[in-house]
Amino acid sequence: MATAVVPQQRTNYLNAEHGVKSWLLTTDHKRIAILYMFVVTFFFFIGGIYALLIRLELLTPAGDLVQADTYNRLFSGHGIVMVFFFLIPVVPAILGNFLVPIMIGAKDLAFPRINLLSWYLYVIAGGLMLHVILTGGVDTGWTFYTPYSTAFASPKVVEAGMAAFINGFSSIFTGLNFIVTVHRMRAPGMTWSRLPLFIWANYATSLIMVLGTPVIAITLVLLVLERVFRLGIFDPKLGGDPLLFQHLFWFYSHPAVYIMILPSMGVISELIACFSRKRIFGFQFVALSSVAIAVLGFLVWAHHMFVAGMSVYAALIFSFLTFFIGVPSAIKVFNWTATMYKGSVTYETPMLYAFGFIGLFTIGGLTGLFLATLGVDIHVTDTYFVVAHFHYVMVGGVVMAYLGGLHFWWPKITGRMYPEGMGKLAALIGFIGFNLTFFPQFILGYVGMPRRYYQYPPEFQMLNVLSTAGATILGVGYLFPMVYMLWSLRYGEIAPDNPWNAAGLEWKTTSPPPTFNFHEDPIVDFEAYNYDELKDIPDER
Amino acid sequence: MSDSHVAVAEPAHRELRHHFVDMEQQANTASLGMWLFLVTEIMFFGGMFCAYLIYRLKYFNDFAAASQSIDVRWGALNTAVLLVSSFTMAMAVRCAQLGKQKLLVVFLLFTMLFGATFLGVKAKEYYDKYEEHHIPGLNFNFDGKLLGHPDYPVNQRHTEMFFSIYFAMTGMHALHMIIGLGLMAYLIIASIQGKFDTRYYTPVENIGLYWHFVDVVWIYLFPLLYLISRK
Amino acid sequence: MSEQEHHIVPVWLYLLIGSTLLFFTWVTYAVSKIDLGAFNTVVALCIASFKATLVVLIFMHVKYTSEKLTKAVIISALFFLGLLLTLSLADFGTRNWL
Repeated sequence: MATAVVPQQRTNYLNAEHGVKSWLLTTDHKRIAILYMFVVTFFFFIGGIYALLIRLELLTPAGDLVQADTYNRLFSGHGIVMVFFFLIPVVPAILGNFLVPIMIGAKDLAFPRINLLSWYLYVIAGGLMLHVILTGGVDTGWTFYTPYSTAFASPKVVEAGMAAFINGFSSIFTGLNFIVTVHRMRAPGMTWSRLPLFIWANYATSLIMVLGTPVIAITLVLLVLERVFRLGIFDPKLGGDPLLFQHLFWFYSHPAVYIMILPSMGVISELIACFSRKRIFGFQFVALSSVAIAVLGFLVWAHHMFVAGMSVYAALIFSFLTFFIGVPSAIKVFNWTATMYKGSVTYETPMLYAFGFIGLFTIGGLTGLFLATLGVDIHVTDTYFVVAHFHYVMVGGVVMAYLGGLHFWWPKITGRMYPEGMGKLAALIGFIGFNLTFFPQFILGYVGMPRRYYQYPPEFQMLNVLSTAGATILGVGYLFPMVYMLWSLRYGEIAPDNPWNAAGLEWKTTSPPPTFNFHEDPIVDFEAYNYDELKDIPDER
Repeated sequence: MSDSHVAVAEPAHRELRHHFVDMEQQANTASLGMWLFLVTEIMFFGGMFCAYLIYRLKYFNDFAAASQSIDVRWGALNTAVLLVSSFTMAMAVRCAQLGKQKLLVVFLLFTMLFGATFLGVKAKEYYDKYEEHHIPGLNFNFDGKLLGHPDYPVNQRHTEMFFSIYFAMTGMHALHMIIGLGLMAYLIIASIQGKFDTRYYTPVENIGLYWHFVDVVWIYLFPLLYLISRK
Repeated sequence: MSEQEHHIVPVWLYLLIGSTLLFFTWVTYAVSKIDLGAFNTVVALCIASFKATLVVLIFMHVKYTSEKLTKAVIISALFFLGLLLTLSLADFGTRNWL
């Protein structure tokens, strides 16, 4: 395998072909992952701008920055963009697309052209959403509740619904691709029990994508039909039940949050194993807990509807079921912790993000139990308590894991190292900013500040100011990595094949990998996380 | 060590794609992909079945009255037509498996014919509803009665709800049929071009699965929409 | 391992299944004219499920595949659909209980 003196000049997936067409018509899963990185990051910015405007308005108790209607559009836009266009695809479509085939020893995903189609569907949906945003937006909340959305809100609801619908199919095809790939494309010797936990996590996520997303697809179709053709399925005037919409909506949207967190948990497993230099404790439990979360996630959706007018007996059932879902999540946290015990722990940037995740996800998850408890929920539902809860798990969880994974696999994806000192600094800034933003919101919610309100009693101002200050710091914590990572593309240290001396097939190929992932077809004759075998291999730097 | 593949020693088929080891892996992959897609379709239609279920339980008598106003003969005919088309589709796949190119095209054409017949009948049924003012939101007016209970006060809004669901479900089903017809056309053209042989007929097989699925949806739609109560 | 590649279903079986499906369509219609009360729905859905099963097993070759995954996929889909329907009913069906 004699190659040129300067490693960069080796042929890899980045320089194998040139030109816009070779990117826009690519079927290489790694290039598609990069394409996703661009567009998903773009929408993260858009969602972030919305967040900035929201927090600016909430600096003062009076509604003085924007009008009430505008504020409604701000939190709706923030929710729709962040949920559908950032959180759902961020880990699966970027890290998942890049890594899944390589980790199992395959040359590509099962359906490379459908993978490209997924990206185009995302882009079309994104374009539509951008148009909605630029022409006034919707004010229904990202939840589109009827009958407001079908009978009273602006006609933009139809377009926004269509954008979410198209985006849903992007998600469905990605999930379908992953499931088939894991079943059919594993390298010889790659048994299910040797699969890295990131694969297990993405597999479980894909189950949710395939089973849940179609339900919100049909719900949005019915919403649009009702709006355009006055069909009246959710319309009380026809004897329709607005709660039917909510049931159908949350049947997907609750499992959707597990689409967001499961791949993130997969990332954390990889990071903890590598930076403890130890096999994940309780590998089988962690693997199966991903599947358990995927299944249990479908049993709990109506806990979003406790005060909506649902039958109290159903509320009891859903509350009871909701408690169970904490168990597999807790199993993961315990196992990660046990992995670190007597491991050889180091504190590189990815590990800092992993620590952040464990702490913040645990807080977020525990507060979910408060919300699952009917009596407490009556008090804190639709307040900032809920807002804090889901931001802890989605931002403190998903975004931390994404950033950790991005840093970890950056050398593999780009062939460059990011600057480690800056990485650590950014992680710290992000952690501080995050807690300052969202911890006060738990208190605000508990003392009664409702969510989705643009004004509040003056006694809540202090906490709101703290939150906004935190948001600014958090913003820096996100902008900073974007800057130094871009910088690293040109000036970063050239990465060796395995800078972390990590286990896993992806580290056995070059950084960046060739187009077909491996120079020789891999045969797997080792268990996952074989860190005991990797101990003595010197760092290739 | 289940389904990992080592290459089969034979010349690569012209349709073998680069990331697969052999045609068998490729065929099994495509098949699993189509089954998973059908799962998404089950959940997609499932949402509408859920809406139907809730309102049927809530407004049974009004739904029954509305159901009685759609012509069961057309519904039954359409059911028969689709079942026969499933038969011809299964025969088409069989021909593909045996490499019988001409017969394959014949059965695909028949499948397409029956599919088109289904849509024609549906169009007629929709037109009848239009004439009777049973289309929601379009001067809806229901003046039918409940069989066996002529004094029952049929609720206009609830019968309109039935028709909303009727049009949503049969409309979505018809859309899938139209897409199916397009897929048939593609298969016919590809067959004539000699694209399929005994080692490669994956599109015929998988589009066949799709077609059968659309048939199965109708197998449930017929009794649920047309036969709520016919006594 | 291999899907439906090697098993060719005989024509007579396809014809038999096709005729059975048509016959039971007629049965569905005929039974609907008899008053069985709430049982009418049960019968209609049972017949429909029987017909669907025939289509899936024979026309879609599920009976002949050695691939257990296919059956697992179908059953999972039906399970989750069942969840949607039953848990929604848990709400709508119990609203009036208080």
